[in-house]
Order: sequence, then C-alpha cells, then structure tokens
Amino acid sequence: MSKTVTLRVRRQDGPSQSSRWEEFKIPHQPGLNIIAALMEIQRNPVNAKGEKTTPVVWEASCLEKVCGACSMVINGQAMQACATLVDRISPNGDPITIEPMSKAFPLVRDLVVDRQKHFDQLKEIHGWIDIDGSHDLGPGPRMSPEDAEVMYELSRCMSCGVCYEACPNVNEKSPFMGPAIMSWVRRFNMHPSGKHFSKDRLEALMGEGGVNDCGNSQNCVKACPKGIPLTTSIAAMKRDTTIHGLIGFLQKP
Amino acid sequence: MDANRIIVVGGGLAGLMTVIKAAEAGVNVDLFSVVPVKRSHSVCAQGGINGAVNTRGEGDSPMEHFDDTIYGGDFLANQPPVKAMCEAAPGIIYLFDRMGVPFNRTPEGLLDFRRFGGTKHHRTAFAGATTGQQLLYALDEQVRRWEVAGKVTKYEGWEFLEAILDDEGVCRGIVAQNLRTMEIKPFAAGATVLATGGNGMVFGKSTNSLINTGSAQAAVYQQGAKWANGEFIQVHPTSIPAADKLRLMSESIRGEGGRVWVPKDGKPWYFLEEWYPAYGNLVPRDIATRAIFKVCVELKMGVGGENVVYLDVSHLDPKMLERKLGGVLEIYEEFVGDDPKKVPMKIFPGMHYTMGGLWVDYDQMTNIPGLFAVGECEYQYHGANRLGANSLLSTVYGGMVAGPKASAWMKNQAKVEVKPSVVEAARKRAQERYDSLIAMRGTENPYVIHKELGELMTNNVTVVRYNKNLEETLVQLDVLTERWKKINIDDAGPYSNQAVPFTRHLWNMLEQAKVITKGALLRNESRGAHYKPDFPERDDANFLKTTIAEWTPDGPRISYEPVDTSLIKPRPRKYDVDKQATATAAAAAVPSTLDAKLASESAESEDKKIKREAQ
Repeated sequence: MSKTVTLRVRRQDGPSQSSRWEEFKIPHQPGLNIIAALMEIQRNPVNAKGEKTTPVVWEASCLEKVCGACSMVINGQAMQACATLVDRISPNGDPITIEPMSKAFPLVRDLVVDRQKHFDQLKEIHGWIDIDGSHDLGPGPRMSPEDAEVMYELSRCMSCGVCYEACPNVNEKSPFMGPAIMSWVRRFNMHPSGKHFSKDRLEALMGEGGVNDCGNSQNCVKACPKGIPLTTSIAAMKRDTTIHGLIGFLQKP
Repeated sequence: MDANRIIVVGGGLAGLMTVIKAAEAGVNVDLFSVVPVKRSHSVCAQGGINGAVNTRGEGDSPMEHFDDTIYGGDFLANQPPVKAMCEAAPGIIYLFDRMGVPFNRTPEGLLDFRRFGGTKHHRTAFAGATTGQQLLYALDEQVRRWEVAGKVTKYEGWEFLEAILDDEGVCRGIVAQNLRTMEIKPFAAGATVLATGGNGMVFGKSTNSLINTGSAQAAVYQQGAKWANGEFIQVHPTSIPAADKLRLMSESIRGEGGRVWVPKDGKPWYFLEEWYPAYGNLVPRDIATRAIFKVCVELKMGVGGENVVYLDVSHLDPKMLERKLGGVLEIYEEFVGDDPKKVPMKIFPGMHYTMGGLWVDYDQMTNIPGLFAVGECEYQYHGANRLGANSLLSTVYGGMVAGPKASAWMKNQAKVEVKPSVVEAARKRAQERYDSLIAMRGTENPYVIHKELGELMTNNVTVVRYNKNLEETLVQLDVLTERWKKINIDDAGPYSNQAVPFTRHLWNMLEQAKVITKGALLRNESRGAHYKPDFPERDDANFLKTTIAEWTPDGPRISYEPVDTSLIKPRPRKYDVDKQATATAAAAAVPSTLDAKLASESAESEDKKIKREAQ
C-alpha cells in the first residue's frame, strides 16, 4: 500500500457549537505541506472511516509565509501551515494534529479564527506615520543603512497572531496586549518623523495590559515564524515607557 | 437611496491608494476586501518598485523608463498613460519613503536602487526582498489613519458579487456577501472602483495567492464590461514548483548578480548570457522563460533531464545576499531545504501575472459609466509583457488616477442617488443565485474541476501556443462548464461556508479562461508573452491592436481597437543587442512604408470602431 499521511483535525461548525476530532488519510507525496494536505481533503471530503464529510474550513492566501493568514496549532504549536512540511513535522509518519489558535482570538469555524483584535490594536497605538498628504513633497528623511535594517526586521511582522498564542500571559481573561503590538510601537518610534508621536504610542502601552504585563517567558521570540526580535522590542519598550513615565512625573507641577 | 460615497473593492496597493486619494478629496469611502487588507496579494511582490530617480548618475530619466516599458511590452500599450506613470514614478517612491517604508539605504542614507530585467539602469527601489509587503503595510497604515478619522469604512471578509446597474446602465454600487454570516447586502455608491488583482488561479497553480481568482472582474465582464488583451499572460522564468503552488523566486536575484545555467559537457552553460550578451540574465521575463523552455523542452538539457534549471547565487557575498535578498532566499530554504547561499537553486517558469484585464479609459473608467478598475485587474500599463518592478508602480499610479477621477465623476453627476427598486432587484438576483448554488447536489467536485482547468490552461495557453491545441482547449472549457453544472456543493453550512464562494469563483474562472484562450487563438502572431511557433514574428500590420472581448452566452466575442503609438514609433524588439542599436536600425531601415501602413491600419480600425459603436 502506498504511504499515507494521517491528519487529526479539530472541527467546530461555529462559535457556539461544540468541537469534535475528525481524522483524514491523505496520499503522501514529497514536499507535501499542511495546506496541500488540506487541499486534498477539499478534492475528496471523506474521512478516515470512509464517511463523506464537509471539507475542512481554513484560511490561507499567499502560501509563501508572508500574508500571515494560515496560522494553525499543529502538533500543539502555533505556526504557518503553508511552511509546515509533513515530512519535517512527522518524519516517522505519526498522525499530525491540527487545531485552531484558541487563546487570543475567537473561533469562527474549524481552523479559522478572528484576528481583528490585532488590527484594532494598530489603531490604539497610532500605528502610522503622519504625512502631510500624498502629493509629491520630495524625499523622506535620510536614515542610516543600519537603522533602516532594524526597522525592516520589525516591519516583516505579518499579523499572523502566532506570538499571542505562544505567550503564557495572553488568554481570554487577561487584558495583556500581546507581544506583536509592542514591536510595532518600537518600529514606528524609530522612524525620524514617526518619532513625533512616540509619546502617544508609549502611553498606549502604559495602561492595564500594557508592556509591564509581559512575564518575560521568551516564548514569543521562539515562536515567531519571521524571527522578529520581539523580546528585544519589549525590553526597549519597557525602558522607553519607564523613561517617559519618569519624565512625566518630574514635570508634574 | 443615498449614494454619496465611493466604493473600492480590493485592499491591495491599487485599492488602498485609490482610497487614500478619494479620502483626501473629501469623499467618504467604503472599502471591501475578501481578506483583511494586510493579507492582500500585494504582499507577495518581492523585488521592488521602479522609478527613474537616477541616484547613480547613469543618465536615467522618466523618458528612458517610458521607452524601456513600451519596448519591453512589445508596443502593445497605449503610450500616453504609460508616459504619465513613468513621470510620476520618482514622486511615488519618495511618497513611500515619507510614509516610513524601510527601503534599503546607501551609506549616505539615500535610497538604494538595483537593476531589474529589461533595463540597463539601477532603477528599482527595494525593501529587502519583500518590497510589496512593505509598500502594502505603508498604505494600510495610512488608510487606518483615515478609518480612525471617520472617512473610511472597512468591510473586510466581504466578497463582491455584482455591480448594481441602473436602467441607463450606470453603475450605482455593488452587492456583496459577508463571508462569515453569508448575508447578502446591497451598497449604493456614486462611483465604484474594482481593484481586485490578477487571475493566476485560472491556471490552477501559479505564483499568485489563493484569492487571485479574478472573480470580481469576471462578474462585471458578464454584466457588459469589456475585457482587453486577455491572452497576454506573464510566465515568470524563476519559480519553485510544488503541490500547492509555484513559489516565486524574485527577478531581483538576477538583478543582484544571480546566474541561470544548466550543465553542458560537465561545465555550467550560461545560456542567457550566451544568447543575449547585451542583457544577459536580465532579459525581460518572456524572453528568459522561452529560453528556459527551449533548453528544457526542446533541447532536453534540463538539470538531470527534468524541467529544471539552476539559478545560482552561491558565488555572491553571503552578507550582501542576506541584506538584499534575505526574504526570498529564506523561502527557498524553508520550502526546499537547501541553502541557496551554498547550492544553486532549482527553478522552472511559473504563471505569474496577467497583463490583460478590464478595459479602461485614461481615467481608469471601464465602459460601464461609474465603474472604474485599477491595478492588475485592468489592462492599461504593460502591453504584451510587463517589466519587473513595474507592477507595484502601476498599481499605485492607477490608484492615484482612479481616486481623484472617481471622486470627480461622482461630483459631476446631477444627483447622486439610486432607485430603491434597482437596488432591490440586484440584491434579489444575487440572493437567488446563492440559493441555487448552495442547493447544488450533483456528482462533481468543484476543487477537482479547478485542478483540471489549471492543468488544461497551463499545458496549452502559457508559454508556447498552437492553434490546434487552443481550439481543443476551447472545446474542453465547454466540457468543464457542463461539468460545473453538475457540482455537488458538499457543504451546505449556513456559516462561514467556503464551498459556495469557491464554486462561484470557479464559474468566473471558466469565463476568464475562455477570454484568454479565444484571444490567443485569434492572434496569429508572436508578441511579448504571446508566442506561436507557427507565427513566430510580430505582425504590426495585422495585430498592433488591443484585443477586446465582450461577453455573450455563446462565449466571448472578440474585436480589436487601435493602439496609441503616438509617442514612440514601434521598432523591432531584440535583447541580444543594446536598445540604441535597435532604435538606430529601425530609423534607418524602416522608412515611411511602415508608417503609412500603420496609419492606414489605425484609420481602418478607427473606422471599425465607429461602425461598431454605431450598431
């Protein structure tokens, strides 16, 4: 018999329904990733028991690990499904479990979750550079190649949500804003004209659920699919918010 | 019903720039996108964005950029809008610089530029190898600012179903569907802009994202919008084939010194450098792709006898590679497992881009009044072949035109409102269509039909095209269309149903496949990305024309309209010699006869056009 891959998928028809496990057997092929395996289920929606079922609902788009859509919990860890090769995650052919992320984002259906929270946070932290208009005003401010490189590193964050899932301080009951957004504040505050609003951004991180709620577990930086130095960003924001708070205190009349 | 707002469909670079320009013009905007806009396909653009800033003192200029673009597109693009785009390009790059895009920098702190295909100049600004992602985020941030200011309302996770057309055939808004609740709802607008990207999914596997089905533009095509130059499909020379997609390996790899080769007599054979000494590895994409096909398919000299050639950067400085190409080399390592800094990459061409799309006028408006189109879903800027790093430019420039023009069009209307009966009729039609889709209980699987469609199109309507195969493809497309009608939807769930939208897209992909294939069949010449071995030469006398497809129940009706070549006289396109040589040769060898031919040709087409409009 030709080699097969076994997927155990946690399924749920909607936010208020109960969840169940369903197992699938997929023909193995070299270089197969989790997305290609899920595509096989779409073409043949039959489970391992041979029963006809609905195709699994999942989210993906670019399949190149740059759009951030296909985050899933695979064998217990959040990661991008497109960049997860079956042979790498299950070299001995053990069953692979696939679940939706569950800690920071509400479930939509099967493997799809709602990550709107992250996009809303970008509003709260003044997540943009204040340009005077989109008409031609000549070049932007000069930057050293080194600064541009650090900013680029941070700008590669694709809002995938994996770091929220990995963080022990993020859960349904905690107000903690999560790691990614801290790094975005650092990124905007680094920019020569972004700096003009650094005060607003730092203050957004100083309330309840802000940067000081980070317990320093370092899970985020290990989990980040883009290798973004999240803990360095968090440390920098702890320092900057402390200085900002201190200056505010000293300036009090 | 009040319609005093603009609707933009699509949240990639083209859509977001349209939103920004409209908001700046004081107009309220509703922005629709099937995905959160930060996940749009623009993130996949890797290499950079072109603009003749000439920081290297190479004598580059917007006119040189214009000429490269027209020449690279084999003279099929209308020239005035392309010229305007190239003139705007340096300002566009500066705008992104001000928005905080982390472009690579020179030691002096200025923007760094690199070379791309089809030019001799360092003209491409870049942010590592994820320039599209960085530009998209910059526009997303500016739109978020407008959202906070109350000018923009986002509808993320909503899909465009159809345009609302009033009794006079004017577009008055859209009907859209919430992809979670599946609610179908009409939205009135004074002007509507489609910015819905390319259609790579028509080819099954391509370098495109899964969302690139071209469904929205195909829907308005079936409502009477004209489709132009559908047959011009760009196949990118360098991608990594896999089960789920063809992953792009950016042209910037060659721009930074990467070399393409196959083994010959135990030594590397750099066939591009040998065949095209003037441009080498940086010939335009259609040329490089055909060369790789020739080596693999015709000469059977692919690596290990397979359809594979090497793309090699192992001779380059690893630190430079990390800094300038990190993002893309990472993709290779992640998905293939080898380190490109040490071993040559194995690559093969993959479908990448559609030069064709909705017909638009110079204001980006389609032939349906009030309906605009911008970005890859329209046809305007790239002729028969797009140059690398011109796509980001054309999306952004198109948005800069469409935002103000759509706003002005709306403001010039006597009254901006729409009859409730028109809106309700559109909503009802869309709802009935959805109800019939979700009730489909046949025997066919939509994803299987899609796979077969992709194979059919990739095998017959990409790099090398034969009329016999194209005719057979049209027959097979009809067979697939019949099979579509026997689909079993497999999932009748009322919430977050993905099977029904996909089935809807599949119909729209079949419609586009027919436009592409029929256009290719009727164009008996070779031009840019369209290559027929039986008609190997460009034929300006008969085909220096824009192909126009109009929907009929029996398949696309094809006609042609003249191309505006008023600024640069068409000349032979050759990349084995410098461009200047072709210009001089053309001037010497092509006296007034060709001009006369072209003039009569264009007069004749103009005649036909008038007749057609009169009918």
